[in-house]
Amino acid sequence: MSEEQNQSSFLANLLDWVLRVLQAVSVPFVAVFLAMLIGAVILAVSGASPWAAYSALFKGSFGSPEAFTRTLEKATPLVFSGLAVAFAFKGGLFNIGAQGQLLFGAIISAALGFAIEGLPAYIHAPLALLGGALAGALFGAIPGALKTYTGAHEVITTIMLNYIAINTTDYLADGPWKDPSPSNIVARTPKILETAVVPDLGGFPVGFLLSILFAVLIWWLLQQTTLGFEIRTVGQNPDAAEYSGMKVARTVILTMMISGFIAGMGGSIETQGIVGRYQPGFNSGLGFEGITIALLGKTSPFGVIPAALLVGAMDAGSSQMQFSANVANEIVDVIQALILFFVAADVIIRWLLRIRDEGDVVKLTTGWGK
Amino acid sequence: MAISQSWKRYFKQWGALTVLGFFVIIAVGYYYLKDPQITEAVLASAVRQATPLVLGAMCGLIGERSGIINIGIEGQMLMSAFIGFLVNVWTGNLLLAVFAGVSTGALLGLLLAFMSVTLKIDQIIGGTVINIVAVGLSGYFYQVGLTTKGKLAPIPLGKLADLPVVGRALFNNPPITYSAIILVLVVHYVLFYTRWGLRTRAVGEHPRAADTVGINVYLMRYVNVIIGGGVAGLGGVFLTLEAVGSFERLMTNGRGFVALAVMIFGKWTPLGSWGAALLFGMTSAIQTQIQFAGTVNIPHQFIGMLPYLLTIIVLAGVVGKSRPPAAEGIPYEKE
Amino acid sequence: MTENQHFALEARRVTKRFPGVIANDQVDFTLKKGEIHGLLGENGAGKSTLMNVIYGLYTAEEGQILLDGEEVQINNPHNAIDQGIGMVHQHFMLVPVFTVTENIILGSEVTRGTSLDLTKARKDIQNLSESFGLHVDPDAIVEDIPVGVQQRVEILKALYRDAKILVLDEPTAVLTPQEADDLFQIMHKLTEQGVSIVFITHKLREVIDIADRITVMRGGKVVGTTTPEETTKQGLAEMMVGREVLLEVEKEPAQPGEPVLEVRDFVVRDERGIEAVHGISFEVREGEILGIAGVQGNGQTELAEALTGLGGGESGELFLGGEKMPQKDPRKLIESGMSHIPEDRQRHGLVMTYPLTDNLVLCTYYQRPFARGVQRNKRAVLNNAEKLIDDYDVRTPGPLVKAGKLSGGNQQKVIVARELSRPLKLLLANQPTRGLDVGSIEYIHKRIIQERDKGAAVLLISAELDEILSLADRIAVIYQGKLVSIHQAGKFSKSELGLLMAGSTLTD
Repeated sequence: MSEEQNQSSFLANLLDWVLRVLQAVSVPFVAVFLAMLIGAVILAVSGASPWAAYSALFKGSFGSPEAFTRTLEKATPLVFSGLAVAFAFKGGLFNIGAQGQLLFGAIISAALGFAIEGLPAYIHAPLALLGGALAGALFGAIPGALKTYTGAHEVITTIMLNYIAINTTDYLADGPWKDPSPSNIVARTPKILETAVVPDLGGFPVGFLLSILFAVLIWWLLQQTTLGFEIRTVGQNPDAAEYSGMKVARTVILTMMISGFIAGMGGSIETQGIVGRYQPGFNSGLGFEGITIALLGKTSPFGVIPAALLVGAMDAGSSQMQFSANVANEIVDVIQALILFFVAADVIIRWLLRIRDEGDVVKLTTGWGK
Repeated sequence: MAISQSWKRYFKQWGALTVLGFFVIIAVGYYYLKDPQITEAVLASAVRQATPLVLGAMCGLIGERSGIINIGIEGQMLMSAFIGFLVNVWTGNLLLAVFAGVSTGALLGLLLAFMSVTLKIDQIIGGTVINIVAVGLSGYFYQVGLTTKGKLAPIPLGKLADLPVVGRALFNNPPITYSAIILVLVVHYVLFYTRWGLRTRAVGEHPRAADTVGINVYLMRYVNVIIGGGVAGLGGVFLTLEAVGSFERLMTNGRGFVALAVMIFGKWTPLGSWGAALLFGMTSAIQTQIQFAGTVNIPHQFIGMLPYLLTIIVLAGVVGKSRPPAAEGIPYEKE
Repeated sequence: MTENQHFALEARRVTKRFPGVIANDQVDFTLKKGEIHGLLGENGAGKSTLMNVIYGLYTAEEGQILLDGEEVQINNPHNAIDQGIGMVHQHFMLVPVFTVTENIILGSEVTRGTSLDLTKARKDIQNLSESFGLHVDPDAIVEDIPVGVQQRVEILKALYRDAKILVLDEPTAVLTPQEADDLFQIMHKLTEQGVSIVFITHKLREVIDIADRITVMRGGKVVGTTTPEETTKQGLAEMMVGREVLLEVEKEPAQPGEPVLEVRDFVVRDERGIEAVHGISFEVREGEILGIAGVQGNGQTELAEALTGLGGGESGELFLGGEKMPQKDPRKLIESGMSHIPEDRQRHGLVMTYPLTDNLVLCTYYQRPFARGVQRNKRAVLNNAEKLIDDYDVRTPGPLVKAGKLSGGNQQKVIVARELSRPLKLLLANQPTRGLDVGSIEYIHKRIIQERDKGAAVLLISAELDEILSLADRIAVIYQGKLVSIHQAGKFSKSELGLLMAGSTLTD
């Protein structure tokens, strides 16, 4: 082969790669665009100015250094919940229970954060983070075990476990772990100690760095390790996985545990990096937004990061929007729901853009039985 | 021989539930003798608590019998509850409000059918889309402080309402509760005794077989999922117009998902689902009773968990496995 | 007026394209009234496509369909049914949980008021089955009745709709030779009553035995039409494949050594928990091929799954190379030297969404050189794939192509490559050539014999009697979950084996 040929084939490969990346990215972009467009129509119909609303949304999320910090803070737990859902998708599981796992993570990390005294920060903070993550892992293992041993579909069991998690954490925050300070009348835990706080460094949340680290870790686990190969094989074709000697039952439980671990870590970060305590209602929606983020990021660990930043920016900017454009911040939920619709129904966008390749299809539905 | 065969079949499928039902009846009789008033109140409350569940379950099974898994029942109910509520607030008309709610459910059914039949996207993700869209839209357009103009009131059915034990529970109900009971019977008849029902079940079990004898699989699925959506919509407006009289964010509170468990518990049959829903309703009614009486000192959060725990237990197959429609969840591809 | 009136059905210049292939290319086909017309061809030759066009499941791009000399438009099965065309598909189109009656009336229901009139339907079906000698219980649930009876239900379904033309797509694939003979009698009875039959098959003997005329297709085109009198098996085979074919596989006599696989008192349950294999014992020695013949659904699938650790094993012992194996542990079996060509290649054999590279290390991904510790070595995986694709003649654009993109024959070669590429003591090949073209079949047969000659023990499970006869050194017959007999190949004639497969005992 001559030098010239080599070079031209390299160029062709590069071009091919660029095209593929563009194609992969185009669907999420168009999905977001269409969702914002329909969101604008809804805003207009309800009598608000879409322009004012969107510019306030932008100002509130990227308009100033403080706004950007807020966006990063909002995005941090979202990266985790998005990773949790995406990871489970890779293993053929739909973890709608990221919400519940996150709640357990948040409250356990809060408990470890306020109850343990006298530890240096470099031990206390990681300990609380890890404790929350493990709580999430244990809570995530339940639907995994239910699925493998009884055939109960994880979609309904995880939703039910979400309600159980909400009730349990409510009870804890309103009962044994309630903030005893005399001024407190609501259900919430005491503030965590200084040593358990995950700080912002010059407006940049350390938690966000941690979330990126996790994304890399998850990518490595899925793509480069034998365990990741097992998880993906079980996700794609459990029969073939069993045929080839993989332990399907163990892998399903492990997948749910790891997914729960990531979600629980998201809860810990939320507690230790942002809220500073556990308070019911502060984390609602994070797990569900994880679904949107995972699908928007095409279930890829690296796709999750920009998706979480987008959703985080919306969440961060929504209060500014409510304040200066007088638009109920739930419009953000509507837009996110529409994004989810267009990402899930990407057939529409593929048709609009005339993309032929069928891409990576997430397939979960197999009925409620076995 | 033939008879004993069919009895065997019956017991294999329904044995556990029959025994369970038998115990419930004995327990009800026992408590009725002890305290007729409270027992009647609990029974009546159970029937009404069961209403949204049985309507949700009916929506689920109409869809699944035709091969479409509907996990968006929660969203369909929530959105219908909200629209029915809004229409009532604007017009003051209850009937129009019910109609609006049912139409909303049907419309979301159409959306689900479009996603799963035409676009062939994963049905569970499609249902999740509906749930999230419903939470978003109802949350955005909701304004605090509105209440309905009037509520659907109980209509006692003459002397029947005075019957002991079941009178109050069955014959002194508001209209949607009555409709739910009638719907159970209608769906049972249509599903098992009519041409439409035979075709629906065929499409859910073996769509290609149905296709080869000239049945339009896509059309059957569309129509069933839309009708199912309407039924879920009725369950939604039950909450705002019959039970509560106002709307709150997220007020369905998981009933749409519990309804799926009810459907599975009822083995994808209307009558079975009704029995299962009554059992769930009974749990809620007793739970309320306990909280009222205040005799047992359990944190309310734990009592509140009961239906969800029960759902998990049901799904874990403690009461025996059953077989879902064979083709559910699989998009049908004409070759 | 014209001779067209003789034809119950005529297809003229029918062309049907799928992305990348022309499934029917200017196909002409005629069916005389009251004849049995054999339509012969390999898998993928276009037989089923043509019939699906006639039945309205596909729409042809070009061409005409004539019934009784008149051109008709058939856009969907409903039109076809209305025009008197009935079809019995290779995979039965029956709803397993419905009764026979419900299945037959589906789509043409009689009602009284709003309700189904099942009483009338049942009576009609009884009359119909009596007049054609097709005995079925109208109230039986379809999944409870044997395949042969299910097929009768399918035929009744067509007759219930007044079919004058009946298309039977590979109807004997699921039958014993004796059941097939019963079917042929029914077919004759039907033609006597004026029904015209298209009989699709790839089995040469059957067309010669029963057809009045034979049309052969290859690569989407009609090669020619002939009659049984004018041709021979060899002649038909060459028309079908387009070159000379060896109907027999060449092999040396076996030189069996030590027993490699010993199975004792194996009891296996199927997915529904019903006992499907009742206490089977046998052994396979190194250097020999043991063929297990039997009609589908007699416990082979369950036996194979239990032997390979996929489940269902209830009791019994399994020794591989003298070592006792645990139940339900595929990895242990694989590591002890078992290779397995599974029955359902898309379900068990491959991950369709994975590239060939990953599929080719599906069982060894965790071993050196494909992994070091927990980290995979993708370079080694790629090298392995490139080598195997070359060695096993897998036709693919490259090693990173997804398995789902390959043809059935090449998918099977990928599995064979993977399973034969590691050191093996036992090869379990379950229906290894089902649905493949003749070229691939020849290749896989050659490879299986090579493995035997290298000293492996081979357990071959097949529903194709010809495959068993040409490959096996010893033959066992499985019937209703029991091994009926095990003997040296050559002891039984084909028809005797057929009788054993149907459950008869031979008295000699």
